[in-house]
Amino acid sequence: MNYNVNEKGYYGDFGGAYIPEMLYPNVEELRQNYIKVMQEPDFQKEFKELLKEYVGRPTPLYYAKRFSEKYGTKVYLKREDLCHTGAHKVNNTIGQILMAKRLGKNRIIAETGAGQHGVATATVCALMGLECIVYMGAIDIKRQAPNVARMKMLGATVVSAESGSKTLKDATNEAIRDWINNPTDTHYIIGSVVGPHPYPDMVARFQSVISEEVKKQLLEKEGRENPDYVVACVGGGSNAAGIFYHYLDKPEVGIIAVEAAGKGIHSGESAATSALGKEGIIHGSKTLLMQTDDGQITEPYSISAGLDYPGVGPMHAHLFRSGRGEFISVTDADAMQAGLDLCKLEGIIPAIESSHALAIFEDRKFRKDDVVVVNLSGRGDKDLNTYIEYFKLA
Amino acid sequence: MNRINKKLQEDKKLLSIYFTAGYPKLEDTVPVLEELVKSGVDMIEIGLPFSDPLADGPTIQESSTTALKNGMTTTKLFDQIKDIRKTVDIPLIVMGYFNPMLQYGVEKFCKACSEIGIDGLIMPDLPLAEYEEHYKATFEKYDLKMVFLITPQTSDKRIKQIDTASDGFIYMVSSASTTGKTSGFSNVQREYFERIDALNLKNPQIVGFGIKDEETFKAATKTAKGAIIGSAFIKMLTEKGIEGISSFIKSIRP
Ligand SMILES: Cc1ncc(COP(=O)(O)O)c(C=O)c1O
Repeated sequence: MNYNVNEKGYYGDFGGAYIPEMLYPNVEELRQNYIKVMQEPDFQKEFKELLKEYVGRPTPLYYAKRFSEKYGTKVYLKREDLCHTGAHKVNNTIGQILMAKRLGKNRIIAETGAGQHGVATATVCALMGLECIVYMGAIDIKRQAPNVARMKMLGATVVSAESGSKTLKDATNEAIRDWINNPTDTHYIIGSVVGPHPYPDMVARFQSVISEEVKKQLLEKEGRENPDYVVACVGGGSNAAGIFYHYLDKPEVGIIAVEAAGKGIHSGESAATSALGKEGIIHGSKTLLMQTDDGQITEPYSISAGLDYPGVGPMHAHLFRSGRGEFISVTDADAMQAGLDLCKLEGIIPAIESSHALAIFEDRKFRKDDVVVVNLSGRGDKDLNTYIEYFKLA
Repeated sequence: MNRINKKLQEDKKLLSIYFTAGYPKLEDTVPVLEELVKSGVDMIEIGLPFSDPLADGPTIQESSTTALKNGMTTTKLFDQIKDIRKTVDIPLIVMGYFNPMLQYGVEKFCKACSEIGIDGLIMPDLPLAEYEEHYKATFEKYDLKMVFLITPQTSDKRIKQIDTASDGFIYMVSSASTTGKTSGFSNVQREYFERIDALNLKNPQIVGFGIKDEETFKAATKTAKGAIIGSAFIKMLTEKGIEGISSFIKSIRP
């Protein structure tokens, strides 16, 4: 089976470009050019240089000794938390800003939930001297004040999305509406492997640097390129796509996707899309999404704003349906505890998103000599307030 | 003959109105429809509300949110309008986003429309390629005309493809925008209207987005066959209710 995108923009049953005609010229321009542009030597050169000199890649593949001892297996952490701006999101924004420049666009828009993608976009716009407008749900603006301030310091305009439920899905709607209203000079930097084709594939390719590095690093450390498992949290699925990418066609590598169960899958407050979602259309893509029987998109919940999305990217919907991926969901409580455990065991404060991936070891048992690589997608600085409130640390 | 094709043959400029089903009150769908017909409109687009209407500006978004809160669903709409053909004989089009249709079942949806006497569908996020590959046969089986959009950015080549795929009219979006922009028409729009007119398409065009009064209606229908009013109508409905419909329609086309 093929786990990558086909020439029509589908992963199995999922993907495509279900967009209004107003977006067609922009999306089509991108579709026709993205692979060609990415393969140009000078694009590759600039992309690699920025990832090295500006983002700080390659990020370490760190053997987590005490964490491994606790769970009786060999756990490596891919340290995306050490990227400039604090998460993997910047790999994609670097790639897309270079793409936007080559397509002649001078105005950049983005959506953001927790603010990580907004900060990563504002950062690369500052770097390139381009105008930057970030849409963010009114509720998220209140929850994520430090990231709002960071975006403003970086010169971005933050626009409050006041429609619908005023969170990530609505911020995405507003960004898409902005693009409809600005059809010639604007590029939309989507923050995950979601949206109409070619976005899921383009973002996955930019994030694939993560597994490209893991292969080399693991060869040095373990004498083999392939771990037994790769594990990542899934909001839209970009950090997961990045660490799965070069292993999709390696059946000997188990793929584990971790979703946010919120207060429990059946609590009515959850973001576990594979468990609760049905096939449908969200933000221009046919995928699994949480919705009512009538096809209205419902509001997800997770303590982690980055996982608080009612869909998953079409690649992940396909990994789920085909059985290639193992999907596990983790509650707020278990994720928070796993985050705190990592602080105490390894001296690393993880983003709450990443803590979800760390939490599976309590119940999901691995063999003693299994090599398990967990994508530590981001650092926890942005989540300090949530950690403080949750554990009454202050 | 399908009512849309028949209506397009009439020797006049057509006025079509969009409204959101279940707005302002859940049970207003049929009264709004009947009042519009009484006021002399030529065609009606019944909006099936969606939680995430990407192509719509604030006015239609808010009316959709209200309609959903009121309890509007696909099943409810079909039930409300099941006897509509006893009182209404102008063309009726259902306009909505693709996901609710997909959940209802595409074939089941088409069948229900056909049993009610719906003449066509506008699904802005069901693109031409997907439609032709997967859904065209079903739409045609139930004699439902799929209406496609074009915009000032649509290439001539694609407009010709859309013209070939259409049998009815082409929905000509007046400017690069979501619904409800009310800045009026500039030379850019007038040039666009003329450019499309000069293409001599087989399907007539009906202009939508940004039509709000007599002046914009006249400007849009100088070359096009008709025009669609959505946001301006919803705004009026919010302010004046069903009683305001007939004088609103008179103000557009005295
Ligand atoms: C640290 C971190 N991890 C994961 C995610 C989830 O996004 P994705 O599933 O696209 O990796 C986010 C999103 O904000 C994030 O900030």
